[in-house]
Amino acid sequence: MKRRQFNKALAAAGATAAVSPFGILHAQAQKLRVGVLLPRSGYLGFIGQSCQKGADLAPEVIKGILGVDIELMNADTESSVDTARTRAERLIQEGAHVLVGAFDSGQSAAIAQVAEQRGVPYIVNIAAAPQITEQGYKFVFRNFQTAVDIVRNGLALIGELLQATNSVPRSAVFMHVNDTFGQAMAKGIGAFMPRLTQLPFKIIDTITYDPAAKDLTVELSKAKSTDADFLLLVCRLNDAILLRREMVKQRWNPMGIVSPGSPGMYEEQYFKTLGRLSEYSISNVPWYNPNAPLTKTVEKAFLKRNPREKLVFHGLNVGFTFEAILAAADAFGRAKSTEPKTLADAIRQTHITSKMTLGGPIKFNEKGQVEGIGSACVQNLDLIPKVVLPANAAEAKPVFPAPYYKKA
Amino acid sequence: MSRRAALLSLLVVSLLALPHFAGAYAISLATLILYFAYSGQAWNVMMGFAGQLSLGHSLYVGVGAYAAGALFFHYGIGPWAGLWVAILLCVLLGVVIGFLAFRFGISGVYFALLTIAFAEFTRIGFDHFDWIGGPGGMFLRVAQRDAWDLVNFRGPPLMYYYAMLALTAGAFALCFFLLKSRPGYYWQAIRENEEAAQALGINTFRWKMLAVAVSAAMTSVSGVFFAFYYNNLFPEQIFHISRSIEIILGPVIGGVGTLFGPILGAAVLTLLSDGITEAVAALGWEIPGIKQVFYGLVLLLVIMFLPHGIWPPLARRLGLHKR
Amino acid sequence: MPLDLVLNVVVSGVLTGLVYGLMALGLSVIFGVVRVVNFAHGEMMTIAMYAATVLFAALGLDPFVAMLPIAAAFFVFGYVLQAGLINPFITRPEHSQFMLLVAVAIVMVNAMLMIFGPDARNVQVSYQLESFEVGKLLIDKARVYAAGAAVLASASLFAFFRFTLTGKAIRACADNYLGAKVVGLDVKRLYALTFGVGAACVAVAGCAMVLLVEVTPSLGPAYTLLAFVIVIVGGLGSMGGALLGGVLIGVSEALAGLFIAPSAKSMFSFGLLILVLLLRPQGLLGKRS
Repeated sequence: MKRRQFNKALAAAGATAAVSPFGILHAQAQKLRVGVLLPRSGYLGFIGQSCQKGADLAPEVIKGILGVDIELMNADTESSVDTARTRAERLIQEGAHVLVGAFDSGQSAAIAQVAEQRGVPYIVNIAAAPQITEQGYKFVFRNFQTAVDIVRNGLALIGELLQATNSVPRSAVFMHVNDTFGQAMAKGIGAFMPRLTQLPFKIIDTITYDPAAKDLTVELSKAKSTDADFLLLVCRLNDAILLRREMVKQRWNPMGIVSPGSPGMYEEQYFKTLGRLSEYSISNVPWYNPNAPLTKTVEKAFLKRNPREKLVFHGLNVGFTFEAILAAADAFGRAKSTEPKTLADAIRQTHITSKMTLGGPIKFNEKGQVEGIGSACVQNLDLIPKVVLPANAAEAKPVFPAPYYKKA
Repeated sequence: MSRRAALLSLLVVSLLALPHFAGAYAISLATLILYFAYSGQAWNVMMGFAGQLSLGHSLYVGVGAYAAGALFFHYGIGPWAGLWVAILLCVLLGVVIGFLAFRFGISGVYFALLTIAFAEFTRIGFDHFDWIGGPGGMFLRVAQRDAWDLVNFRGPPLMYYYAMLALTAGAFALCFFLLKSRPGYYWQAIRENEEAAQALGINTFRWKMLAVAVSAAMTSVSGVFFAFYYNNLFPEQIFHISRSIEIILGPVIGGVGTLFGPILGAAVLTLLSDGITEAVAALGWEIPGIKQVFYGLVLLLVIMFLPHGIWPPLARRLGLHKR
Repeated sequence: MPLDLVLNVVVSGVLTGLVYGLMALGLSVIFGVVRVVNFAHGEMMTIAMYAATVLFAALGLDPFVAMLPIAAAFFVFGYVLQAGLINPFITRPEHSQFMLLVAVAIVMVNAMLMIFGPDARNVQVSYQLESFEVGKLLIDKARVYAAGAAVLASASLFAFFRFTLTGKAIRACADNYLGAKVVGLDVKRLYALTFGVGAACVAVAGCAMVLLVEVTPSLGPAYTLLAFVIVIVGGLGSMGGALLGGVLIGVSEALAGLFIAPSAKSMFSFGLLILVLLLRPQGLLGKRS
């Protein structure tokens, strides 16, 4: 080749190398590289692994419905803030175009800072701390309810539940776990309850307990001694199991156990460990719409990969993790570019109506938060969590009070 | 120039120049290494120099972090002022613990358990302390991150890297001079044989207290850094015993009581941890937990075969003195 | 506050405390004799709990029955661990011992995560959810049986140390290392035996604990800490001390939970530990060393 041509080529290559970290070279690339950050080991291991199932099926399903190619880059945050941060940096360095994750609020906040600093879009799949989308970030998005929303929706659903079953409990005892999530929920309940005058019950006592406690005898004895009509519970999986067992041992049979929005009672381990005792527990949580067409598609892909599991036990984790990746892919499809700022702007224009989870369309407001994500009243019936409210997504009718109810 | 000084200068220069040829990921990793090197060095003052095993050092990190963080969160008081409040509080705490322990003659394992008890007590206490956010955590407002705002300690990751580098270098220098000074000699005497030191007329109580105070003060600074670097604090995480263990891993692997041990240990461990993650990923073994098993095994091997840490034999190899 | 509520809580506190005491028994033996800070104690118990769930799932063995084979296996495991790994560390500084066992704990926890996965496991026996009714008191059956096992285990250990030759030899090592060697005792072997015995206690505790609590890989550390608190409070090397310490912690936590705030009840255990360390470091039933 002639010298002039050679020099030109060299200059082009040099310019290319200089701008390539920002993916401009790959602007016409066909694949979106999604960095998935989840706690797959450490104390949040089982939740992270559950979310991962939602990520693993995403490329195939999204290719089918959007025709977009995505490549997953998985990283384990090891349930640690330090690791979350360095892993996020690492993924970006290795060429992730967008980040998704990380379930825990602390780890998500750390990743958000990295994403904002490096100008790489980050979509939070599940994390309820309101502050994450209150920092004025331009690159951080969240497709999940904040703790405030969760409580508000949860309490509203309790109202609907009582109306649907024509029950009028007069009192409730509120037990909650003393961690980030439990405290946020307690604050929310404290704020909203006085305004919800249409609810017939009053919270007559509040009992906080240690999430790491292995013995909840005292806590439950206190609850039982209040003679409340039902138990309002914000819990995690292991303490939910302990409490339910303790209720049997101490022979306390209130109208029911209702969670205004917390994990635990709809998780597989709850059913496996408690068997029939798991029946009738109610959780008002963000959930997926069992009748939505996208749900059916995801379920098929889920069962193909996890033949011995049921989607319903991983619904929340899988649904929101999948949707986070869906939103990223949808934006990529519209933007036709992996350049971070373009992607972020495209994400901001997202309007997905055909989705899997309940509620309004996936549309990020100026803070990067999706508003109008719905919650469902999910009751354990026949050893499976079933949606009983809202009526248009219901798979069964709610049962309240529970048949085991014995007036004290 | 002595060999030691030459090697040290080489290290400092390469660390200063690191950002020029390393990406953001390497910088974040390096910042983490320096953070652990610094806190390890702080812990080393108490253990390596004065021989008091503290397994509850997360107490000082947490109190320091929350003190500075709360002042910033509630009153907008910048970290430079908050720093002094943090140091003061932690020194006070350290003095209380030290006083209780030494006056009552508690040492060895019992002292270690005492420090754990204080850290755990504080952790649960802060979980119920609403003014600093309780279990919900405290999120510091992150205003900007492009310019170097040293007053509010806000800026790009590069700023934090250099800040941590400065802190670590400062700690190293401080320990170097301390060792060569009177407190240093008294500490070493106490560490080797407290009774003999007392027999020589050394007021062991006072010098042990000084070690505790210095260590607590230094550690609290790392807490302040943590607060402004991560911008969110949860009692459950920052006071947790696993943080205390993280702090001591570096010095123990590197070499307790040596000057360079904590730094070397922190570097080796962080790189090891990351290296194993990469290796395991490259081999395609994506089983959660496998990385930590390898990590634990390596730790085990080092503890078993290099009981005084990596630095002493390495120093001998490099032809340096044993320190 | 109604009286039967307080009574119920206190009784359950005592029973739970006895189970905690059982858990601490092994540590008391190991720490009291070999003087090694076993920071992998909780993890060892977690392994025993997993073993119990495996035996239950595979052979339908009730945990109280499974206690025997698992304790035997753990005896061997403890013996080998001490003789093979820990022995050189007895004369090394505490931070080295601590680090060694922390490393062992890390390997154990994550090996369990790899083998069993992160989901919680448990056993399901018929009496797990039943309670004895004594007047107005409702007493948890499983806890009563576990407490019974605790008392039995400590009594046997006590008898072992008091009346058998080996037991006396081990106590001699604990009391006077040099003297024991002079007299010709094979200290190394006795230490290994002690560790084995301690490990067997941990196994028994695990089998009892699995009736009350779900087992997850990260269960260990909290129990390690609790065991240390109990051993310090009750007194090193004292069987009765471990049980007494356990009961004290159990009852004080229960009462603190009842009258103050349940979420802060652990603070009392640590507060108690600090007090005991300062005022009576040998523990309630321990001997001044």
